[in-house]
Amino acid sequence: MPHKVDIAFTLNGRPVAAAVPVSASALQVMNRDFDLTSAKLACGEGECGACTILLDGVSRNSCLTPGVDLDGRDVETVEGLWTGNGMDLLQDAFVEAGAVQCGFCTPGMVMQAKFLLAPGKKLTRDHVLRGLEGNVCRCTGYHKIVDAIVAASGETS
Amino acid sequence: MNKTIDREDIIGARVAKLDAPEKVTGRTRYINDMVLPRMLRAKIFRTDRVHAKILKIDTSKAEALPGVVAVITGVDAPDGKIGVIKDNPPLKKDKVRCIRDELAAVAAETEEICDAALRLIEVEYEDLPPVFTCEDALKPGAPVIEVDRPDNIAMAQDFSAGDIAEGEKASDHIVEGKYNVHYVTHCNMGVSCCLADISVDGKVTLYSQSQYPYIMKMDLAPALGIHPGDLRIIQPPVGGAFGSKLDVYPYEPICVLLARKTGRPVKLEFSREEEFIASPTRQPVEFRIRAGMTSDGIFTFRDISTLLNNGGYTSWGATTPYVTMRTCSSHYVVPHIRYSARAVYTNNPYAGSFRGYGNVQATWMLETHVDKMAEVAGLDPLEIRLRNANQPHSMTPQGSNLGCIDLVGCIKISAEKSDFLKKWNAYSAQWDNGERYKRGIGIATSLHNAGGAKIHKSDGCGTILTMDDYARVTVMTGASDIGQGSDTVIAQIVAQELGVPLRDITVINNDTALGPWDVGVHASRTTYIAGNSAKRAALDARNQILAAAEKQSNVTADQLDLRGGHVVQADNGEVVIETGRLLRQMHFAGEDAKLVMATDYYEPPTEPEDENHMGDMSAAYSHAAHVAEIIVDTHTGEIEIEKIWSVQDVGKIINLNGLEGQIEGGIAMGIGYGLHEDLKIEKGIVQNPAFRDYHVVTAPEMPPIDMAFIETDDHEGPAGAKGIAELPTIVIAPALGNALYNATGVRIDHPPLNPEKVARAIWERSNKNDAE
Repeated sequence: MPHKVDIAFTLNGRPVAAAVPVSASALQVMNRDFDLTSAKLACGEGECGACTILLDGVSRNSCLTPGVDLDGRDVETVEGLWTGNGMDLLQDAFVEAGAVQCGFCTPGMVMQAKFLLAPGKKLTRDHVLRGLEGNVCRCTGYHKIVDAIVAASGETS
Repeated sequence: MNKTIDREDIIGARVAKLDAPEKVTGRTRYINDMVLPRMLRAKIFRTDRVHAKILKIDTSKAEALPGVVAVITGVDAPDGKIGVIKDNPPLKKDKVRCIRDELAAVAAETEEICDAALRLIEVEYEDLPPVFTCEDALKPGAPVIEVDRPDNIAMAQDFSAGDIAEGEKASDHIVEGKYNVHYVTHCNMGVSCCLADISVDGKVTLYSQSQYPYIMKMDLAPALGIHPGDLRIIQPPVGGAFGSKLDVYPYEPICVLLARKTGRPVKLEFSREEEFIASPTRQPVEFRIRAGMTSDGIFTFRDISTLLNNGGYTSWGATTPYVTMRTCSSHYVVPHIRYSARAVYTNNPYAGSFRGYGNVQATWMLETHVDKMAEVAGLDPLEIRLRNANQPHSMTPQGSNLGCIDLVGCIKISAEKSDFLKKWNAYSAQWDNGERYKRGIGIATSLHNAGGAKIHKSDGCGTILTMDDYARVTVMTGASDIGQGSDTVIAQIVAQELGVPLRDITVINNDTALGPWDVGVHASRTTYIAGNSAKRAALDARNQILAAAEKQSNVTADQLDLRGGHVVQADNGEVVIETGRLLRQMHFAGEDAKLVMATDYYEPPTEPEDENHMGDMSAAYSHAAHVAEIIVDTHTGEIEIEKIWSVQDVGKIINLNGLEGQIEGGIAMGIGYGLHEDLKIEKGIVQNPAFRDYHVVTAPEMPPIDMAFIETDDHEGPAGAKGIAELPTIVIAPALGNALYNATGVRIDHPPLNPEKVARAIWERSNKNDAE
């Protein structure tokens, strides 16, 4: 058995703890220890962004982040944006704009968008297009994703 | 006076997809996310040879590894083969024919144990001489790949109409060309994955990403040695498919065989590298064309031969010539046609179906060639296309009535909106002005089936519709939604007929044990075929409701309408009764009790091609035109797309959001095909199996797209709609190639137009000019 390390961190606003193998990625920790499946394994080498999560508010490819590095950090996944009541403004915008087709890249896109959004600042299309460079979508051609993020920017969320 | 409700039209509206809220919240469970109790993981051992006799497969060390539950090889599998001509045993026993070949598979408690076990499998081979090109494979004495096909020809198609010799006589110009189109692959974000479970009495449940679950039962059963009726396909949401799941590929029978051997659920998921190496590709094709015209640029004949590199086995790639043939024979009016296609076995990986299916390749060839012909005739790119354009309700040489098409409209609108001619004339005058950055503009058009494609005995789709006591509607459709949004379109069509809110409709489409039969999601057919079936079932239910309402009121059924969850008077919208209340009265009516239920099976009025390739196989046809304006960096060869104008005949808009999304996404895929996607295969080995080295379009590379839709209102389509999803992928690449020529005077006949090729071609042209 691989060596395990005890870690404790904040996951979607709640304190959590786990003993994780040193070889496990943050993506595997999310999936195997906390049953979160929104962050997706789509390439496993940091090229597609489907596994994007926020780590202390900064977007990261969770497939390349060691699981033990979550210790003491603040971790957000798309599951944390809807807890039974209204969806996050950004999620609403994705739905309304038609930014979702197969949906496999969507949670990563939403978290990357969350990172791009700054309170009170209206984003330009160019800013958003550049900011999504590391997130691959094979279905939409990106425009409707950009529409959603631009629409949600400048609003309070 | 009673409350009144106005008529609301949900057809043509901008509607949010029904599955979007679950997807944006991360709640959608793909097979990739699924876990069943006691589930094992599985991995496949693949060969590293391209052509070799298998002498021995030793799995004893892998079987002894703790955590391994089963290891299987070809000796554990039934003899049934898969593939379009049944030439592919899921586990190879005798020889390997290409790099992706499956020799053994492991089921174990974890993926890590599977990986460790694969490293313990030992194989002894005797290498056989390989062959990689069609030309070499057709030479006398070439290595034989499939023993039953000693000439290495997997499939052959020939068509002719008119008389080529006559066409030649009538020609003032004959233009020849050779075009080789390359390997690309689907790059679904969700990698290939399946999960198999066996019942005690031997029935199989397969959680599959299949695009054709009902026919899959027939195709998969022989490889499992079971009756097709004992196979149940469940389709959880799919992370993209684009044609890649329109056949049975070896991993699915392998997964089932492991589940059968272990008596436990088994899940098999590809790595991204495996997805690049072992999932289908688009079919590469070598085209040769001779095409004639009069001095006025009127087409006289077209003589086209194609060679398809079939690879080691035969999947749907080998049948793409059927679609290629339609473009070659029928796009623009050409009186004399000859067409031949040969799919040739080699030791390369093999192709499957991929959005646009043979027409992406054909349209690259034809639309590049038409631009060359325009230059020879001294015409501009618009004029030659307009002079030869297909006309509405005309018959094609293959016996298709094109119906309410509008190719002329597509060309004219895209040209007007882009100010095409003015720019085209200005840019072509700047080839040798010494500027580094050059602008160019290009146009291409395409013809595609837009009302299904009868390639099976039936091209139909079934619907079972039920309404509950609260006027909530359940629609069970055979159609598969792989993300494109057909569930939402079906719900809109039903909502319109039954006058209920969209959210009161549940579409169920994911289980062959529940749903009625459908051919599958392909050929831009789902809105048209499944939409028609849903519409007919909804009309049946509507008539049942209105007949009951007529009995309860003094108003005849033809003067009633269903709106906003109520039965109303059609003329003034006055409410007669709440629909749910009426349904309860119908339900709890003692001996006359009745539930509103409706079933329908819609078979489009089409015919399969006969042995001479004649037949009207689609109920509707459609065109699109794309104009692309680009900026070329003549030093680096990089192409930046400034803007794309897309004009498409869509029949009738149903969901504007979904329609735009399909066109934008299709264009993104087509840009990749034209500019930089390139699955490099050298001596049968995939050289770039990673997103790092295989360049799919990213967000900053997407140009602005100006879309316009022509509504020709198809008489047979649901609400007048046509299928729309493939054309955008088909048209864009040759528009880019034509724009490159307009910018630089450089023609590249073999895509992709990557910077290396473009820069080299520009450099060679300038050297040639200097020499002259």
